[in-house]
Amino acid sequence: MTRHEHAAPASLGGNLLNPATIVCAVLAAVMLAILLVRFIYGLGLVTNLNDGYPWGIWIVFDVVIGSALACGGFSVAMLVYIFNRGEYHPLVRPALLASLFGYTLAGAGVIMDLGRWWNTWHIFWPGYANPNSVMFEVAVCISLYIVVMWIEFSPTFMEKFGKAEAKRKLNKVMFIFIALGTVLPMMHQSSLGTMLVVMGVQIHPLWRTPLEPALYLLTAITMGYAVVLFESCLASSALTRKIEMHLLTPLSKVMLGFLVAYLLVRLGDVAVRGALPLAFVPSLEAAMFWLETTCFMAPLFLIGRESQRRNPGRLFLAGILLMLGGALLRIDGFLIGYETGDGFNYFPALPEILVTVGLFSLEVIGYIVVTRRFPVLPRDVQAVH
Amino acid sequence: MTNRRDFLKDCLAGGTALATGTAAGPACARETRARPPEALGLLYDATLCIGCKACVAACKQANDNPPEFSTVDHIWDTPLDTSAYTFNIIKVYRNGTMDHKDEEENGYSFMKISCMHCADPSCVSACPVSAMTKNPVTGVVGYDPDICIGCRYCVAACPFGIPKYQYDSPTGKIGKCELCRHRTKDGHYPACAEVCPTGATLYGRTSDLLLEAKRRIALKPGTITRFPRGRLGGPDQSWEGAAGKYLPHVYGEKEYGGTQVLKLSGVNFQKVGLPDLPEDAAAALSESIQHSLYSNLAMPFAVLGVMAFAARRSVVKQSEDEGKEEDQP
Ligand code: SF4
Ligand code: SF4
Ligand code: SF4
Repeated sequence: MTRHEHAAPASLGGNLLNPATIVCAVLAAVMLAILLVRFIYGLGLVTNLNDGYPWGIWIVFDVVIGSALACGGFSVAMLVYIFNRGEYHPLVRPALLASLFGYTLAGAGVIMDLGRWWNTWHIFWPGYANPNSVMFEVAVCISLYIVVMWIEFSPTFMEKFGKAEAKRKLNKVMFIFIALGTVLPMMHQSSLGTMLVVMGVQIHPLWRTPLEPALYLLTAITMGYAVVLFESCLASSALTRKIEMHLLTPLSKVMLGFLVAYLLVRLGDVAVRGALPLAFVPSLEAAMFWLETTCFMAPLFLIGRESQRRNPGRLFLAGILLMLGGALLRIDGFLIGYETGDGFNYFPALPEILVTVGLFSLEVIGYIVVTRRFPVLPRDVQAVH
Repeated sequence: MTNRRDFLKDCLAGGTALATGTAAGPACARETRARPPEALGLLYDATLCIGCKACVAACKQANDNPPEFSTVDHIWDTPLDTSAYTFNIIKVYRNGTMDHKDEEENGYSFMKISCMHCADPSCVSACPVSAMTKNPVTGVVGYDPDICIGCRYCVAACPFGIPKYQYDSPTGKIGKCELCRHRTKDGHYPACAEVCPTGATLYGRTSDLLLEAKRRIALKPGTITRFPRGRLGGPDQSWEGAAGKYLPHVYGEKEYGGTQVLKLSGVNFQKVGLPDLPEDAAAALSESIQHSLYSNLAMPFAVLGVMAFAARRSVVKQSEDEGKEEDQP
């Protein structure tokens, strides 16, 4: 087994006050203002939620899609530590950091959507908790995973603050947290799909299947790798760093493996359940099904060959398509293919969208601050800023 | 190298098992639940309903709900649908000239919409904190706002679109019919059945109501018969009338494993706004999947074990390769 030598990570340095962080800070402030209104006057004033669509983009985008996009940390850690592929090690910290922010804010996002948020602790209270509820499982797993990720990431802070002894001790048991960090996302990412099952006939047959957990887990993994491809290409151009092609090319091959597995399950399931004819009935649902499926199929042609996988442009595009495909699968299941009866419509209100944007801005600020002040990105490929 | 392949296989096996555990656990599969033997409910007979909406007004009063307006003058309570403030409503089906009651073509019909008190309720299965519960004896599905976190999973899960949320309040609650369970202790029964002048809404044990419904269906249309009012088995308030033209289907007998509120109608149930449901409850399938994957946390711990083993091995191996110990996440 050949191992690539890679330098220890280091902080990027540079100014924290730059146009990007300032814009993000303004957007985050707008979000806080809207949330203030939400907590004083209720959900109705700032969202377009209604009883036909009790869940809007705060749940579907920020939590269901957001957490799947935050699976980079899980996907890469699985590769490095479970499949023992040490050569991908430089990707772990940046991916984990993005996941950390993605999940932490998804967790915060849930609270602002909860109508009776002061009772949140009931989920964890034995007398109230309902283990039959899929949402109970999702909530507990995500909460635990957020804690586990902070622990996984904590050596970065310990390095910065010179806590070598603490770090050494933590590293001795780190494998437990690494293992938890792969099992917990497997559990809740699959359960996010299971959440649709109890909605029964209200879900369009193209997305109504008992295999929901398998579909959501497999796409969460591909989305995780796709995000790593996307971020690596983006960071390289933005920070004028050298692209880690020697890692991304084989990584994308792993990703394709999961993608093929997903497509087999997904299309096989639709065919076996006899839902396929519905994909040819002219309807919004059918159109969305094909759009979604195209996003998943296209990467096979884009980066199917080894030579194509050496092309950063193609990897970038494939990454975007897979992120989009996974997002569409979730939007289609939770919103487009969800029908509670006539007379209900949902399109997010502007303040609702601004909150989602603000939440994302907070993530970006967090990522910039931490990478500039703490050792996250590999030293040898850093740019001088 | 061989070793690594074995690990890969183990891990993949673990992951796949977790992902597709649905197929693995017939032992955990849960059947759709039936109604409890003493289940209480309502029988609504659309052919008897005169659309007076006394039941809607009585429901408002019994539950202390504010009026809702859909007309300009804001004088009368005129809700158009159930809401977090309207737990019961009478809807109208109209077709063509609307000449005949209870007929699909050129006819009209009423339909009462409120919680069905399902035998295997989706809302109860969905609720993460047991704020929605089904009484094991009466089968009444009740709601406790002091427990509720306001996640609205029940709203999303119910196939009848019944639980509704107060979006206009910072402390919004869910609102839905609880079969007037707060009124039974002083001898009352559901207000809608108490006030219904024709017996179109009848209260009683669901098993008795089902027999009554089947008796009516079996009658030749136009046959003179007695229709009980108020509470089935209570003081006799029955009246004599002609049997209507029923569809040969008691809605709620089998839907999603059965409901405690039953309906009779002359017009197709889907046309009057009730969903076409299979006999197996979605809650049963959802819980089967959930428990196949997580019963006693056996599978998660098994996978965790494999993962921890693999991770430990990798960490040690990679630190040796790197020749330094601190190279961890
Ligand atoms: S009170 Fe009885 S007759 Fe009047 S609308 Fe209600 S169910 Fe129909
Ligand atoms: S009708 Fe809806 S709210 Fe009522 S018990 Fe059934 S699932 Fe629950
Ligand atoms: S809104 Fe309340 S009652 Fe409904 S599922 Fe959530 S916690 Fe349970």
